[in-house]
Amino acid sequence: MSLTRRTLLATAAAVPAPAFFSGARAQAVPTLKIGCLTDMSGPYKDLAGPGAIAALNQALEEYGVSGKGMKVEVLSADHLNKPDVGATVARQWFDRDGVDLIVEVANSGVALAVAGVAKEKNKVYLNSGAATSDLTGSACNANTIHWVYDTYMLAKSTGGAMVKTGGDSWFFITTDYAFGKALQRDTTDFVQGAGGKVVGSVAYPFPGTSDFSSYLIQAQASGAKVLGLANAGTDTINSIKQAKEFGIKMRLAGLLLFLTDIRSLGLDVAQGIVLTDSFYWDMNDRARAFSDRLSPKIGGARPTMVQAGVYSSVLHYLKTASVMGVAKVKLDGAATVAQMKQIPTDDDCFGPGSIRADGRKLHPAYLWEVKKPAESKGPWDFYKPLATTPADQAFRPLDKGACPLVKS
Amino acid sequence: MITIFGVPGPLLFGQLLLGLINGAFYAMLSLGLAVIFGMLNIINFAHGALFMMGAFVAWILLDSLGIGYFPALILAPLIVGAFGVVLERTIISRLYKLDHLYGLLLTFGLSLVIEGLFRNAYGSSGLPYRIPDVLQGATNLGFMYMPNYRGWVVLAAVVVCFSTWAIIEKTSLGATLRAATENAPLVQAFGVNVPRLITLTYGAGVALAAFAGVLAAPIYSVNPNMGSNFINTVFAVVVIGGMGSILGSILTGFGLGVIEGLTKVFYPQASATVVFFVMIIILLARPRGLFGKAA
Repeated sequence: MSLTRRTLLATAAAVPAPAFFSGARAQAVPTLKIGCLTDMSGPYKDLAGPGAIAALNQALEEYGVSGKGMKVEVLSADHLNKPDVGATVARQWFDRDGVDLIVEVANSGVALAVAGVAKEKNKVYLNSGAATSDLTGSACNANTIHWVYDTYMLAKSTGGAMVKTGGDSWFFITTDYAFGKALQRDTTDFVQGAGGKVVGSVAYPFPGTSDFSSYLIQAQASGAKVLGLANAGTDTINSIKQAKEFGIKMRLAGLLLFLTDIRSLGLDVAQGIVLTDSFYWDMNDRARAFSDRLSPKIGGARPTMVQAGVYSSVLHYLKTASVMGVAKVKLDGAATVAQMKQIPTDDDCFGPGSIRADGRKLHPAYLWEVKKPAESKGPWDFYKPLATTPADQAFRPLDKGACPLVKS
Repeated sequence: MITIFGVPGPLLFGQLLLGLINGAFYAMLSLGLAVIFGMLNIINFAHGALFMMGAFVAWILLDSLGIGYFPALILAPLIVGAFGVVLERTIISRLYKLDHLYGLLLTFGLSLVIEGLFRNAYGSSGLPYRIPDVLQGATNLGFMYMPNYRGWVVLAAVVVCFSTWAIIEKTSLGATLRAATENAPLVQAFGVNVPRLITLTYGAGVALAAFAGVLAAPIYSVNPNMGSNFINTVFAVVVIGGMGSILGSILTGFGLGVIEGLTKVFYPQASATVVFFVMIIILLARPRGLFGKAA
């Protein structure tokens, strides 16, 4: 299009100046800005990190944003596992860069900080990576949805299954900060509720612990049947490796384990461990199809449940934006989240599902057992299914979470 | 069953032994630091990163060339040692005339760069390295189940530590090294190539770190942060033992491992801080460290 002086003047006269200048660049297509705030360098880089950004882009590509009259811009940043860094980035994104949605945010401490900022600025926050069930409990708000899993789901699925199969006495090795304590607390409730008992626990310093042998010997000496690992990432990996090395005869309950952790452990060490994930790349045709599409973009790896959650949550957000209109979505984060709760969710990763009033995304929780090396057919063939907890039972009952959004 | 302070005896013996195993790593790492500081006057903050490189080189040798654990125990220190020599010649040697602080900052920066590169290439959750078949399994000691591999680690560490000590304190090469530290121009006047001696010393200190890295690979997952978990404690060990004291760092390394092990039984939350608590007390009582020489 050639721009003559006459049309330029005519347009300038017709619209207010700021709209004119931005319109001249973007041709008036409304732009949504999505920020992926994740761990790009620390212990959660592999289970979230660059793979989460790839999953976000995958959602944009598959939804076909340009064909639907939208324009989406993606930003990403490393929160360094520090709540203050995460909150500062979130503030800058919302205030300076005009970001409308923040996704991912692995690490419970950072996740809670970002939830507060999203509420204050009335934007949208879809968390996939963090564990704490407080995001939909005492710390819930109208701008936040917790997408993939939480400490309650893990405790119920893994802890409950262990007690049912005879593991009625427990010893916990717990990372000494909010996440580990929440996980131990939630699991203890299930163990005791099912008639089991907790005979002891140790809280070890985080971060910086790499030798767990001392705690493992203490656990063994306690006489408990089950060893509950209330930790994550490399800590869990080292605990499991060393339990094998020291011939610990207890049953291991990995309360939070990701696909990438199993790869790091190797099947000869990890075999037989029972764990809970709400997504596994090989669990059905739709999940396999999604993984095949994403895999080439993440260096041939298979996506974790956190990365799948980023894909799923962004897809649902885009659907909602199509229904509401981009302008409204940009204007009011709480209204957008309210609309997202009205529309049923459905995607290749988690199948059909819904979002509850307290911001909890509902889908089934799956209990898996890690395969023996002989059973595995490929480099990422790790799990076999044990049990499924249906969506309506997998998470904490709505009235038990003390979320202020839930009116009794 | 006997109990000591309310803790069953067998459990306590087990913890002492575990402390000794961790102490073996502290001793090997602080030994390399002490050698480098003694000869080069460089506070080598890159030591943790070089330890990590040792483990990664062993993993790469196995993964891409099929070279197993025992050859890697020799090859990885040689490869990483050679890398250390290049580092010393091209970068670190420029700082000898400046204050210690510059060397510390430079090597700290180097360690961030090295760890960042490995994190970028191999991710952060770690890679598995199998315990070699001959060292698989465990021995029942009565009071605890002792993995054979850990026994091997202690044995290897003791042998390596004391041979290094013997080389420096009892051989003519060691005598030359010590003389060069005291008065480099004089030793050079006797026809000794002091800069080359210093380069090789740095290479040897780095090789020690890499050796410890290979020993650590099957115990901890091979991961880019494995060095930074150790390095703070190891520096405390060097300070407590007396900066630059070889024997001091070996004995302190094992000793602190045991103290840390006992803390894990009585009050696990403090196990990461107890080493620094000891450091404060020692520095108040003996500012030059346990084995440091008076100025």
